[in-house]
Amino acid sequence: MSGPPLEAWLALSAALFAVGLFGVLSRKNLVAILLGIELMANAANLNMVALGHFTGTPYGQAAALFSIALTVAEVVVGLALVVLISRTHGGTDADAPSEMKG
Amino acid sequence: MTSWAFFVVVAAVTLVSAIMVVRTVDLVRAVLWLAVSLVATAGLYALLDAGFVAAMQILLYTGGIITLMLFAVMLVRRGPEAPSAGTLENVVRAGLAAVALFAIVGFAVVRAPFRPSAGSMGAPSAKLLGELFLGPLALPFEALSVLLLAAMIGAIALARRKDPEE
Repeated sequence: MSGPPLEAWLALSAALFAVGLFGVLSRKNLVAILLGIELMANAANLNMVALGHFTGTPYGQAAALFSIALTVAEVVVGLALVVLISRTHGGTDADAPSEMKG
Repeated sequence: MTSWAFFVVVAAVTLVSAIMVVRTVDLVRAVLWLAVSLVATAGLYALLDAGFVAAMQILLYTGGIITLMLFAVMLVRRGPEAPSAGTLENVVRAGLAAVALFAIVGFAVVRAPFRPSAGSMGAPSAKLLGELFLGPLALPFEALSVLLLAAMIGAIALARRKDPEE
């Protein structure tokens, strides 16, 4: 197989993860932060599938499928929280809910 | 060589659309860029002999999550959008953190002694994955279904409108 080596896949996955981290840290909107989390989860899935491919076991793909289902559950609960916060605080600014600030 | 060309093109699409996700201020457009990025990732899975994962990616991520996120964006949007891309100082700090993370992980990837096993068993079929989920991986599979049920009940409980007389 003369395709890209494992290192190329891992580097791509690391770059995608870094972009997602940048999104989480730089945005102030709750939905935008969730989009960044989504990008990071996607990068992790790519990592698992790539490692499974290059080690020749099906467990990489199985782990990626588990991870996809976990991410779906996480996004559902996260979006429910966003809708709730937008109702109680009149917006989706991440700095709005600050009642627990000391 | 064709797989190299495919990899470079699809990886570039994935990365550029991911950057557009984090830099687009309009949230609806950002969600649509995320859809582009996720579909391109499905193409990468196909290149890795993971056809079943690619199908699940399109079905669950682009079919389910993108629709859900569009609904949420339109439910919570109120009037003109505040500039949500953050201040310049914020962006510089986040950029430094992201570049530092990429440098550390990239250093580890280059230095780690990976020894890919030569005798690759080829693409695991959907049949093999199904037998795994009902055999050796049955317990995590069942735990996952409990988690999905909990997430569903939790989401309903969180987002439900309270009764007016409460």
